[in-house]
Amino acid sequence: MTVSIQHQRSANRTLRIVCPNGHLGFAPIKPGSFAIGLTCDPDLICADSGSCDIGPGPLGSDVSSSPLAWQTHDLELMLLGARRLGVPMIIGSAGDTGTNSRVDLFVQLIRDLARKHNLSKFRLGWFYSEVPKALIAERLQLGEAIEGLDGRAPLDAATLASTDRVVAVAGVHPFLALLDQGADVIIGGRSSDCAIFAAPALRAGFPEGLAYYYGKVLECASFCAEPYAGKESVLGEITMEDVKVTALLAEQRCTIASVAGHAMYERTNPYHEHFLGGHIDMSECAYEQYDERTCRITGPRFVAADKLRVKLEGAGKLGERFVGMVGVRDPYTIANIDAVISWARQQARERFGEKGYELHYTVYGRDGVMGPLEPLRDKPGHELCIVVQAIAPSREMAEEVCMVGLRQMFYARLPQVKGTAGGVAFALDEVMAASPAYRWTINHTMRVDDPASLFPTAMAEAGV
Amino acid sequence: MATRKLFDLAKTIRSKNAGVDRITFDVIFSDRASYELVCRSGALSRDAVCRIFGIPASRITDHVQFEPALAIKFTIARTVPSGSPGDGDIFGSQQYGPLLDVQVTG
Repeated sequence: MTVSIQHQRSANRTLRIVCPNGHLGFAPIKPGSFAIGLTCDPDLICADSGSCDIGPGPLGSDVSSSPLAWQTHDLELMLLGARRLGVPMIIGSAGDTGTNSRVDLFVQLIRDLARKHNLSKFRLGWFYSEVPKALIAERLQLGEAIEGLDGRAPLDAATLASTDRVVAVAGVHPFLALLDQGADVIIGGRSSDCAIFAAPALRAGFPEGLAYYYGKVLECASFCAEPYAGKESVLGEITMEDVKVTALLAEQRCTIASVAGHAMYERTNPYHEHFLGGHIDMSECAYEQYDERTCRITGPRFVAADKLRVKLEGAGKLGERFVGMVGVRDPYTIANIDAVISWARQQARERFGEKGYELHYTVYGRDGVMGPLEPLRDKPGHELCIVVQAIAPSREMAEEVCMVGLRQMFYARLPQVKGTAGGVAFALDEVMAASPAYRWTINHTMRVDDPASLFPTAMAEAGV
Repeated sequence: MATRKLFDLAKTIRSKNAGVDRITFDVIFSDRASYELVCRSGALSRDAVCRIFGIPASRITDHVQFEPALAIKFTIARTVPSGSPGDGDIFGSQQYGPLLDVQVTG
């Protein structure tokens, strides 16, 4: 009978990684399955901490979307586990966005935690991923194409100018450099999820296709297992022939269905995963059930890129933002809600003109979630909630635009409305300051000759 | 010919961002018969997806039958990037609702 990889390595030459969280800090690691992972003789503990799912705001304004308390919680668990076992710990895309300030934040947290727990001295490495706009502007001036991804047009100077901050997405290169320098803990700037795990596997001599696939399957932690459970740890093992991944939470299993299903997750197609240096081709992947809770995968291929292009992510500020909300119960008003919104927009136009601000109405109960994709748009519910967002250059103006856009719904004139004492209901008769509005301005790729050049590394001692 | 709802045939029906400009949909089955039935029925063909969401075919960037996972997967282009003001679903995670009631005949 097959012995679970949880209890025994499946080959002479293996590298085992525990991944406790697919987005470190975004929701806390569940400590139970992570503790089991630490008993499984891992060679490393790795986790990704970033995502562009959180919208453009955090990158643009250079803040985390994850609370500091949860970031600290996760880093503390991982650091204590890794130092106790004496194995490296690797974090990619620090602090949700992987900007320089987020890397510095995580580096400081590691230093503070090491002091707090009197950890013996260890080597702490990090790298940065921000790209100066001037560097991109220079390339544009030289006539070089910064090509668009996902159907975007090539980057132009105006779009670059409207961008506040840009990160490049690192491949394995800075991780390899820091591992070569003997890093015990690595805090990465923005990086491809799979590179965090592929780097140590490549360095240990495992084949490229398997190494990158290893990262691909582990990076979301328990999302590759079933039944669904978030923030639970999984254990991966790579050999010269295959990758195995096992669920550590008692209730979860890594099955053919869950692992193959995860290959599709968050990507446009299930066969290819691109990163700086090439892509993995998963079209020939074979999946088999290795033991009750472990799936074995063979057949991923690495395809090296002819020309190296690095992915750039950039966000630009649109303005300050205020929000308000109203409710509607009158069936006639619900049926004519677009006329009510038009009325309120018209009042804003009369006060502020046509341009220089934005007003957005999200109509929950009709199409608030799906917008124009909503097939049931003509069947609104018996009550609506309308969220009003105003965006303007200053906070004062955003507040007033929002107030006009919100309160004028109360005064909207509809010819046949029976209620004449107010057209909408307020749970809060106020508008509230929200985070500034940003837009993803850059989702592009740029030529790069030396894949390490955009990602400067640093190393220091931490601990006592 | 029997008609059943996709909700009753599929194990997983989900949507999620695939990068900042696209939303991808995964419909995963637990048995091959249901997977093949839905593939054959055309209930989730490119044309059907256009009808369900009221979009032109040009907005479907990918449409695959992914046999290893017994899944049908398609991806649509957003009209504005995720998280732009007015976007009601930054993660793209609640766009699958209309798929649950899709009628599958076969």
